[in-house]
Amino acid sequence: MRIVIMGCGRVGAHLANTMFRDHDVTIIDQSAQAFERLVPEFSGTTLIGPGDDPDVLVRAGIREADAFAALTNRDNANIMGSQMARELFNVPRVITRIYDHQQHDIYHELGLETICPTEEGARILEEIVTM
Amino acid sequence: MYIIIAGGGKVGYYLAKELLEDGHEILVIEKDAKTALQIGTELGDGSVMRGMADEAATMERAGANRADLIIAVTGDDEDNLVISQVARLKFNVPRVIARVNNPKNEELFRRLGINITVSSTRFILSLIEQELPSKAFIPLVNLRTVGMEFIELHVLPDSQLVGKRLGDVTLPPGSTFSLIVRAQKPLIPTADTVVEVDDRLFGFTPVAQESDFKRVVS
Repeated sequence: MRIVIMGCGRVGAHLANTMFRDHDVTIIDQSAQAFERLVPEFSGTTLIGPGDDPDVLVRAGIREADAFAALTNRDNANIMGSQMARELFNVPRVITRIYDHQQHDIYHELGLETICPTEEGARILEEIVTM
Repeated sequence: MYIIIAGGGKVGYYLAKELLEDGHEILVIEKDAKTALQIGTELGDGSVMRGMADEAATMERAGANRADLIIAVTGDDEDNLVISQVARLKFNVPRVIARVNNPKNEELFRRLGINITVSSTRFILSLIEQELPSKAFIPLVNLRTVGMEFIELHVLPDSQLVGKRLGDVTLPPGSTFSLIVRAQKPLIPTADTVVEVDDRLFGFTPVAQESDFKRVVS
């Protein structure tokens, strides 16, 4: 599977590190330093630039991508990048991380596949605390 | 009208000022405290709210439910996108205008239903192109709601229009030339006007016919 990952933060890097052996991974980040989180054996492609820029996405191979994951630490950039992937490039599977709970609900309703760590985290913590 | 302006930078501020002078009720949403304070001092405390316009809670406080228009003019396209979408989807604001810095993002905004986008980059580019002697066809303004484009044509020496009567030029249906600027003077063209080199022709063409139009006039 060909996947394009926007954002080489902790989650993005972890995803890239676990997937590159079996899949074609391209990971985009605005800072070259972020790629230090990738393991030395990483054999995918890295690209410096904003993931919510159509030109950068094309260079990252979005036209042939089967999946796109928006994992920067900025909700709005993730939202823009993933909608680009979906609307402009028809990527079949698009997943977006949105920290803000209310934004998450709005975009989830819009049909975007989203994960809200804030909500998930709070839910799990509540379970633990009330156990 | 009640107009919410998301982004209190230079564009937002001057927009607010003009709209206030036109008699509208406005509210600027600005995230930086100092900037918000300044706006309050210049335009009145009731004209600004400190907060992140892309947050639904902030928009609610701003009375987005009763806004007639929201203008997203922050410096970041991604923020303007989210502001526009939240305004439309959650608060049903009837009209939304978004500033788009990267002209290549305009298509995405349009596909997501945000029809009125302003790319100052594109606008400035077209102004620059007007000054370039070798650039013949320059789109100036896109009248999006009616699918028409207002264009400028520099008549270059190798143009097929040189020496032709305007009445003899077969433009695609729905297109017309309304004005000629010749030697710095404006002229209203008639069917008998003969096109000369260096004329600047201003006219309208349906966006869908742009390439046909270009073929006829080049």
